[in-house]
Amino acid sequence: MITETALTLLARFLSGVSVRWVDCQPDTCQRVYFANHTSHIDVILVWSALPHKVRRLTRPVAAKDYWSKGWIRPRLAKVYNAMLIDRKAIKVHQSPVQLMLDQMGHEFSVILFPEGGRQSGERVGEFKSGLYYLAKKRPDLELVPVYLNNMNRVLPRDEYLPVPLLSSCTFGPPMWLEDGEGKNDFLARARDAVMKLSRFDVDEE
Amino acid sequence: MDPYNWALAATVVTLLAIATLIGRVLQRQPNLGLNPAAVEAFNGRLRAWWIICCLLPVAFLSRPLTVFVFFGLSFWALREFITLTPTRLSDHRALFWVFFLFAPLQYVLVAYDNYKLYSVFIPVYAFLFIPLRVAIAGDPRRFLERVAKIQSGLLICVYCLSFAPALLYLKSKEGALDPLDQGDTARLLFFFVTMVILSEAVQFAWSRLYGKNIIAPEINSSRTWEGFLGGAATTGLLGMLLGAFAPYHQLWHAGITSMLISVMGFAGAMTMSAIKRDRGVRDYGTLIEGHGGVLDRIDSLCFAAPVFYHFSRRLLDAI
Repeated sequence: MITETALTLLARFLSGVSVRWVDCQPDTCQRVYFANHTSHIDVILVWSALPHKVRRLTRPVAAKDYWSKGWIRPRLAKVYNAMLIDRKAIKVHQSPVQLMLDQMGHEFSVILFPEGGRQSGERVGEFKSGLYYLAKKRPDLELVPVYLNNMNRVLPRDEYLPVPLLSSCTFGPPMWLEDGEGKNDFLARARDAVMKLSRFDVDEE
Repeated sequence: MDPYNWALAATVVTLLAIATLIGRVLQRQPNLGLNPAAVEAFNGRLRAWWIICCLLPVAFLSRPLTVFVFFGLSFWALREFITLTPTRLSDHRALFWVFFLFAPLQYVLVAYDNYKLYSVFIPVYAFLFIPLRVAIAGDPRRFLERVAKIQSGLLICVYCLSFAPALLYLKSKEGALDPLDQGDTARLLFFFVTMVILSEAVQFAWSRLYGKNIIAPEINSSRTWEGFLGGAATTGLLGMLLGAFAPYHQLWHAGITSMLISVMGFAGAMTMSAIKRDRGVRDYGTLIEGHGGVLDRIDSLCFAAPVFYHFSRRLLDAI
């Protein structure tokens, strides 16, 4: 509890994050928050941007091979009640999506980063298919796009010292998988939904 | 407490209250033909000034705490500045040192009253370090431009602003007839901040009432020659009236420094407008949605602080 508060405050101070909800309200219903991924502390930011009540029911999805290594990472994962998913040992009945659904039950929401890894620039990468299978198996889940702006300048890939610029975290209107919508169409639409939330772009390139 | 301080506090509160009242009245009168955005900007500034004036009495109690408050302002202004002026990812390490070494150290040096070092620390040492660190990062694209951006941010938001709390550490040369005490320098800082506020209000009023010739419409559409000149003259007169609070020995000292504040405040507002126009934005920050950032409020303070400091130092015959 203390670690959580301290880490959240630190992350908020370093990122100077302002939280916006666009056509969407915080709610305790089961949701999948999917965001662009550019920095180590993205997950802390999205998670701490949620109101306390919602946060208690929301678990970030993280890669087991990365987060179970060393001393600090497993502890951090525990603080954030992370859902550690094994992305290496994929079996027929134990696909990552199935593992996620099992752990979610009918209670928890999840935060995931469908790009897979962190991106090095401002660009939003192609989405991996997990989000699609998740939506297909559980069409009742609200899929909420989240756009993190400027985080790649606060703490870029391969850097460990932050620069305390101002960033923002924008939640967008929920979306669902349409009837008969193909995988590629859906993933492109989801990626679009995230990118639409970028209000202004800061990078000159 | 010194009756002087009470009188000063009462005057500042009264002036702020009058300005707030005027702002409110202007807001309620849509048929006066005033630009509502300009009225809103004026009111926004006033709100910020109330906050700063509530923080300032700390100066009478603790100098280091005042320095710390100004450091907080600087830090926030700098992050707004760098957020809005694009830097490349290869500037990351240089920016880290700017935020976590140069900015705090400048204020530490001010708090230790090391004038010899803090007056050259950023414009010499930091300015030599930044291009080197950016060069080592190995990205030649727009090198000069990127370096200049970081240097300008550091100069305006940190170096210039740090001269405001530095006023608290002025002391008389040995053998002075009427040596400066802590109350005197705190009142000097208060006088400075009050005159910055007043000069903005007065320039705004002149511009509204008599403004015809806009100085640079592409940069700022509300700054006029009438506002600038009338504002400077009126601020000078007001400075002589309020000069009783400042520890100057001569009346005209208060008048001349007040005029300088007005001119430099104008310079700050114009420069920051130009940077904002370049970036195509209206305000620096989104701390509170629709109210602009810290930097939008303290631009005139930043530009006026070092000039006011040097003139006061000279006029007070202080070290």
